[in-house]
Amino acid sequence: MEDIKDITKTETTIEVADVKPDREWRKDDASLMNNELPEEEKDWFADARPRKVMPAWAPIEKFFNWARAHSLWILAFGTGCGAIELRPLVTARYDISRLGMQPRPTPRQASVFMIGGYVSIKTLKRIVRSYEQMQGPKFVVAVCSCAINGGMYWDSYNTVKRIDQYIPVDVYVTGCMPRPEAVMAGFSKLKELILAGKAEGQNLYAEKFDWYKTNQKQVIKDWNMPDYNW
Amino acid sequence: MKELYNKLTLQFNLSEFMQQRPNLAFVTVEKRQLVNLLTCLRDIHHYTHLVFVTAVDWLENNQFQLTYMLHNYENHTDLGIRILLDRGNPVMETIHHLWEQGRVYQRELHEMFGIDFPGSPGVEEPMILEGWQGPPVMRRDFDTKKYSLETYDHRARDTREPEQHMKEKLYPED
Repeated sequence: MEDIKDITKTETTIEVADVKPDREWRKDDASLMNNELPEEEKDWFADARPRKVMPAWAPIEKFFNWARAHSLWILAFGTGCGAIELRPLVTARYDISRLGMQPRPTPRQASVFMIGGYVSIKTLKRIVRSYEQMQGPKFVVAVCSCAINGGMYWDSYNTVKRIDQYIPVDVYVTGCMPRPEAVMAGFSKLKELILAGKAEGQNLYAEKFDWYKTNQKQVIKDWNMPDYNW
Repeated sequence: MKELYNKLTLQFNLSEFMQQRPNLAFVTVEKRQLVNLLTCLRDIHHYTHLVFVTAVDWLENNQFQLTYMLHNYENHTDLGIRILLDRGNPVMETIHHLWEQGRVYQRELHEMFGIDFPGSPGVEEPMILEGWQGPPVMRRDFDTKKYSLETYDHRARDTREPEQHMKEKLYPED
């Protein structure tokens, strides 16, 4: 018994002074403040900003882009009425798996976010969160006229008019609603952009991160999530 | 339904009986008698189902009109009970003790019209609009177009008359 007591005694006497609390010493000027979160939740989330990903050596990047373009996974999050077009698109009639695309139920496993039409403030909050949680490389296809200029909700108090002010958009598909063929054409266009190395929405988001955040916080009045939740 | 109305007039201060269809009628009752009338209809006259509670904003009269729609499963008739509220001080008695689903309608009316139902559970919580800071949105003096133009950035639109546009496109020489 005395031996054990002695061991615990020596262990407790180790000095741990001069070390700041965990969150303080790894903060620098670039880290996010997460000011809207309650104090006890600030440690739960990361405070790093998104970073720009530079392309690899050209031939390698070309091969990467080829691989990316032929393995697209759609995030199955129906954000508006255009999401109803996803059902015929992924099932037997139009069977989008011919184009190498499949829906996935979680943002962590998807690379294409399809914005299906009007975006209310409540949905925008979830869209921003889902988009940030998707792993790169990630692409956004905005379907329906509501995502482009508000559509028939142009005078609505609760619908954002341009989705590209809040997240970067690679391809727009017009129509109210577009037929599945039009959506497929949009995905084909997205593939062309990826192959040409022009689908750089993710880098744009990292570059203009502060601008996007300002826009998002202007309309989402009850911001209670971390500034960048990946 | 007229018989029921005649029976009820002995007991309550009813006005404006309006028979819209053989199985649909509306009556207006005094605000303070509403809960008694609903209880009487539910327990005695078999109007057991609350179909909806809705509000109309009569801005010109400075009044809100609430409609409580009831359904009778015995003879399949609908009866709408209307009351008028002062628009400046819109407070109404809660009916969630009669029908549990009443609290949802009351919560919605509180959010959309700013009508208060003291005692209704969770009536202050936001239902559809998260973090809304403006006035109640369904009131007619709330200008949604003005709010939209002030709050959101609008993309410029080109509008074309379809007939004229196709004419210019297909037959430019005409």
